[in-house]
Amino acid sequence: MLINYWPIAILIAVSTFLAVAVVVFGHLIGPRRPSERKAAPYESGMEPIGPGTRRMPVRFYLVAVLFILFDIEVIFLFPWAVNFRNLGVFGLIEMFVFIVILLVGYVYAWKKGALEWE
Amino acid sequence: MTVSELGLLNILPILILVVWACVLLLLDVFVFPKREQVTPLLSAVGLVVALIYTIPQFGQPKEAFNGMLVIDGFAVFLNVLVLISGLVAVALSYDYLNRMGMARGEYYVMMLFSISGIMLMTSAADLIVVFLALELLSIPLYILAAFGRPKMESEEAGIKYFLLGAFAGGFVLYGIALVYGATGQTGLTGIVEAASGGLENPVFLLVGAALILVGLGFKVAAVPFHMWTPDVYEGAPTSVTAFMAVGAKVGGFAALLRVFMIAFPSISVDITPVLWGLTAATLIVGNVLAVAQRNIKRLLAYSSISHAGFILMAFVTYGDASVRPEATAAVLFYMVAFAITSFGSWAVVIALEHAEDRGLELEDYAGLGRKRPALALAMAIFMFSFTGVPPTMGFAGKLYIFRAVIQGEYYGLAVLGVIVSVISAYYYLRVVVVMYMREGDPETHSEGWLNLTTAVTAVGTVVLFIFSAPLFDWAAQAVLRMF
Amino acid sequence: MTPDVILFLILAVVAIASALGMLLSKNAVYSALYLILNLATIAVFYLLLGAPFIAMVQVTVYAGAIMVLFLFVIMLLGAEQLRRARTLGWQQPVAVVLAVVLVAEATYIIFTKTSSLPDIEAAEAGFGSPQAIGELLFNQYLLPFEITSVLLLVAMIGAIVMTRDGKKKE
Repeated sequence: MLINYWPIAILIAVSTFLAVAVVVFGHLIGPRRPSERKAAPYESGMEPIGPGTRRMPVRFYLVAVLFILFDIEVIFLFPWAVNFRNLGVFGLIEMFVFIVILLVGYVYAWKKGALEWE
Repeated sequence: MTVSELGLLNILPILILVVWACVLLLLDVFVFPKREQVTPLLSAVGLVVALIYTIPQFGQPKEAFNGMLVIDGFAVFLNVLVLISGLVAVALSYDYLNRMGMARGEYYVMMLFSISGIMLMTSAADLIVVFLALELLSIPLYILAAFGRPKMESEEAGIKYFLLGAFAGGFVLYGIALVYGATGQTGLTGIVEAASGGLENPVFLLVGAALILVGLGFKVAAVPFHMWTPDVYEGAPTSVTAFMAVGAKVGGFAALLRVFMIAFPSISVDITPVLWGLTAATLIVGNVLAVAQRNIKRLLAYSSISHAGFILMAFVTYGDASVRPEATAAVLFYMVAFAITSFGSWAVVIALEHAEDRGLELEDYAGLGRKRPALALAMAIFMFSFTGVPPTMGFAGKLYIFRAVIQGEYYGLAVLGVIVSVISAYYYLRVVVVMYMREGDPETHSEGWLNLTTAVTAVGTVVLFIFSAPLFDWAAQAVLRMF
Repeated sequence: MTPDVILFLILAVVAIASALGMLLSKNAVYSALYLILNLATIAVFYLLLGAPFIAMVQVTVYAGAIMVLFLFVIMLLGAEQLRRARTLGWQQPVAVVLAVVLVAEATYIIFTKTSSLPDIEAAEAGFGSPQAIGELLFNQYLLPFEITSVLLLVAMIGAIVMTRDGKKKE
């Protein structure tokens, strides 16, 4: 039954090949004349200050958690969508309740400013 | 399937709570200027309405959602207890949160969600629902435990409870998976049917049941899964601790009783010795370590562990079909006794607690008998009730538990119970001695709702003792149609 | 050997290698990237076992959303470069011993006991497909499905309460 997935396998193979090829061929046949300016992180940009890896604000964490929660919501939409016709109105109500409960959370997050970046 | 087949009316109280919690959450961000003062009142209204719809459910067992939930006498009895506990917890929290500067509307919303989780737990007749209800009861508690943020101890309590709780949830889930693997069922009645037909791999059922026991044992703070209890009880805001001590125990024991009595009677021969050991360890560790505590919150934490031990005593007999109804009724009764005494004693703790964790040592209670005679009397009643001295609910509760244990012919356990009760008298009565015999000038708070809670629980501890026979009859009626 | 078995063996090597890479790499970000590879490989295992829906969940939720969270947390804590943890000192040898015991146990069972196991019938066509799961989820398991949404809501409120201050800044 895995034969159904061969397009995905080909896609993975092609994209892996491309990713490797770009790096390898660039490394092998590209001319290399390094200078201090070219090695700078932002060419023609501003000088970076401090180390590149610094602690990120906790705001990102909140965004990631909200992303997970809505991602799980999407996962539940999927088996519903493929059964949409034979579940009928009843299935519609079920999913409506599910979405409304999460919508409450969405509205709350919005009003609390969790989605703002100020 | 249609909507009418779901039996939504049968779980109306839970629906009311969930919807009301969502409404309060939105009201909280949209409407009121002084919302953290209004939300507790509104959440109490929600609890009362749910209670009004719960009480008439007593009687014929009903089902909902294809038998995933069973609303029988057992569930209704515990739901009534939980809803009243919720009301008491709201009353306790109101003044405390204002005083400590922690008042936020989300607090009460979380509490409502947790209560709806406990109510699902009491009616759950399917292991998947047991797990989800366990999470729904626990996740709000993790958040509430850390509600004292940015106070370090409260954050520590929250993270500790969360990590260990998630771990325990994993145990339950793994156990459920093994039980499903052994029987091909998640419904409790389906499991027992499959088990009676003979299993290919009975070991999986046994291991699965043991893992579920570990996970739920964590929730009810049974030794050796109790390590988190003192730290979390001490670090969490006191009003949260009061709610957690009762709520998590009721939910955990409800699931333990129903799952093991309905689904796992066939393996009771193997499980009972384990339960025996668990109970003995819980009784001994809880009571012995409590003796060394000087901090009142830690003292009550160990006390709560030891009372989990007393409840477990009746649970040990679960394999014996003739004692089972009696033992279950005794557990229900004991939970009422524990809930009312526990809330009362935490109310007194709140009355003496000050910012920066002052007023929580045993010495801070010195002279309370002179300065606040009523408060000291209430505390004395609770301590007597915890010890099991008449005329208090604690005495009646222990009486019924011991009766069930002796009927089940676990004499060793009964003797152990009496011995640890004597030990417990030492540390409970020490509180009374400090209050009345030592000189001191304790600073106390006198706030309307707090005083009311203390008074009601103190009077209830004594008055319900007088009516303990009808109450026990009610509990016995409740479990009648369970098996 | 059927193609499925060959595929399994190749992926098993990838899975073990990526797990080792995750454990041994000094940089926590690299560890997270190895973990993504590992989770993706396991997703293909689920496909081999005839559970396409679980495979999809594995890719979107675990390899996707949860790994994003992991990376954010690593950067939030500024823990990219791991110092050698001294607190794990005595646990390391114990872990090695236990792992060896586990491997020995598994080897013993695989090579001596497999014949005594009952045959596993192939899952019927469509088992574990999104359709089949949807049928069950929206009929028999409707209640757990709805409880899940309440759980997600509680988690959302919790995350916001724990990271935002009570009063919105005006």
